[in-house]
Amino acid sequence: MIATLPVIALFAFGFTRNPSEIPSPLPGNAAPSFTLPVFAPGEAPLARPVGDTIRLADQGGKVVVVNFWASWCLACRDEHTALSETAREYANTAEFVGVLYNDRPEAGVRWISQMGGQSYPSVIDNSSRTAIDYGLYGVPETFIIDPAGRIAYKHIGPISAATLRQKIDSLLPRGAAGIDVPKADTMR
Amino acid sequence: MRARSRAACLFVGVACLLACLTASPTSALATSQQAEKPTSPGDAGLEARTAAIASTLRCPVCQGESIQDSPAELAQQMRAVVKERLRAGESPEQIQAYFMSKYGEWILLEPRRTGLNLLLYALPIALVIGGLVLVAVLVKRWTAPESNPGQTS
Repeated sequence: MIATLPVIALFAFGFTRNPSEIPSPLPGNAAPSFTLPVFAPGEAPLARPVGDTIRLADQGGKVVVVNFWASWCLACRDEHTALSETAREYANTAEFVGVLYNDRPEAGVRWISQMGGQSYPSVIDNSSRTAIDYGLYGVPETFIIDPAGRIAYKHIGPISAATLRQKIDSLLPRGAAGIDVPKADTMR
Repeated sequence: MRARSRAACLFVGVACLLACLTASPTSALATSQQAEKPTSPGDAGLEARTAAIASTLRCPVCQGESIQDSPAELAQQMRAVVKERLRAGESPEQIQAYFMSKYGEWILLEPRRTGLNLLLYALPIALVIGGLVLVAVLVKRWTAPESNPGQTS
């Protein structure tokens, strides 16, 4: 009977783990570069013309918030307002970009219209190359990139305005937490 | 009472054997090792090499399936990345390293044989041997002629 105890202990430990949670090696490392075409322009003053390309390399010392979403993603509805409003709030210090994941641009445009608009532009990621580069396994997922181009934070699931503000503030030079980036900061 | 404890011991022995046979990290790979049928004869080598590498990578949107076995869109796109990188002259190790840099070691269906991971490979073998020894000892004990404690020789 004693021999079964380690097996039982192993199973007990297994039940404390979430099998769908994937540890990400990305936070703390350089954000994968991308150059993707705009399909949804966003609204002034954050608007970018449709067909224009957004390059991560052009971030110009700003914090960048990259949000992967899709029109078929129910959880994306929960975070839409938070993202859109926070993008306006931080228009001078942070750049927001939506990346459409495994979806048709027409469906994305329709979804944005149904949701009452989106303040920042969204781009198309053909064949999910950028999604794979960011180690994506579902939507929504949000990456916050510091002014030096490193991934500071990865958020899985709908993100709140409070989390966005807190993380962006911590990456801005005047932020209370300074610009020290935690080595591995991933949260579900 | 004794018969019940014998049955319990036998159950533990058999359970150990079954557990280690089914929990082996390599057993999950058995079904995913088959190479995909080539789409054209010219690409046969590339297709086979893509399938071999894709069989070692876990599909991020599935439960315990490789990107070779999964019909999910992301799995197909990841297979395309594997093929592209093979075409670009990368080795299987370089391609695995690329996916590990994005998803961590989690992306490998078969854990690497280093450090603590070695336990995953050694433990099933140790449990099989332990189970066999336990069963052998019990069978020997049960089949031995019973001595009567009340009788003196």
